[in-house]
Amino acid sequence: MTDILTAVVWLAGSAFALLAAVGVLRMPDVFTRMQASTKASTLGLACLLIGSALQMGDFASFIRAASIGGFVLLTTPVSGLVIARAAYFADVPLWDGTVLDDRKRDSARAARGGSSAHDNRNGHVDERSRG
Amino acid sequence: MLEVVSQTTLATLGVALIVTFIRLVKGPTLPDRVVAMDLIGVLVVGLIVVLAGRSGVRATLDAAIVIALVGFLGTIAYATYVERGDPQ
Repeated sequence: MTDILTAVVWLAGSAFALLAAVGVLRMPDVFTRMQASTKASTLGLACLLIGSALQMGDFASFIRAASIGGFVLLTTPVSGLVIARAAYFADVPLWDGTVLDDRKRDSARAARGGSSAHDNRNGHVDERSRG
Repeated sequence: MLEVVSQTTLATLGVALIVTFIRLVKGPTLPDRVVAMDLIGVLVVGLIVVLAGRSGVRATLDAAIVIALVGFLGTIAYATYVERGDPQ
């Protein structure tokens, strides 16, 4: 029973890890790549950890697996956020199909000195500035 | 049965590592490479975790903890470097 559960969880975890890798290869943009890598790899690693803890079956390794899982669950979103922020401020180009750039809208509004009701309210990226 | 499954899992993780490495080599900008390095760290942790479950050696999980920690610190350091730019 434990073996079957471990097998299912290990196969699911490695499939999610492979999905994360394929996402990082095929996504068009740094930000979408970061999205694919952080979400899918966290889920995949959690599945692999559950499988290993089931397979080893003693308390000490269970605690170790849980601590790895908790650490990765806490740090992966932070590192993804930090990379995305650094990439945005380093002027990495956005994908051509990007429709929403909230930070650009907010800084443009601050430069105009307050919000005006009618122009560019939804933060859609300008056709001219898409580059 | 579990032997075949663990070998399949390790092979899949190896393929994922190779695919991520392609992005690390290609990646047009530096943040792309940082993302790829981050994913490689997580994949290596997963590989070690599966090896630990396969062999039953408990100390292997400690190595996985250390690699996860160092990978996170490295990603933060790279991101700081990208945000500040080259030192003139």
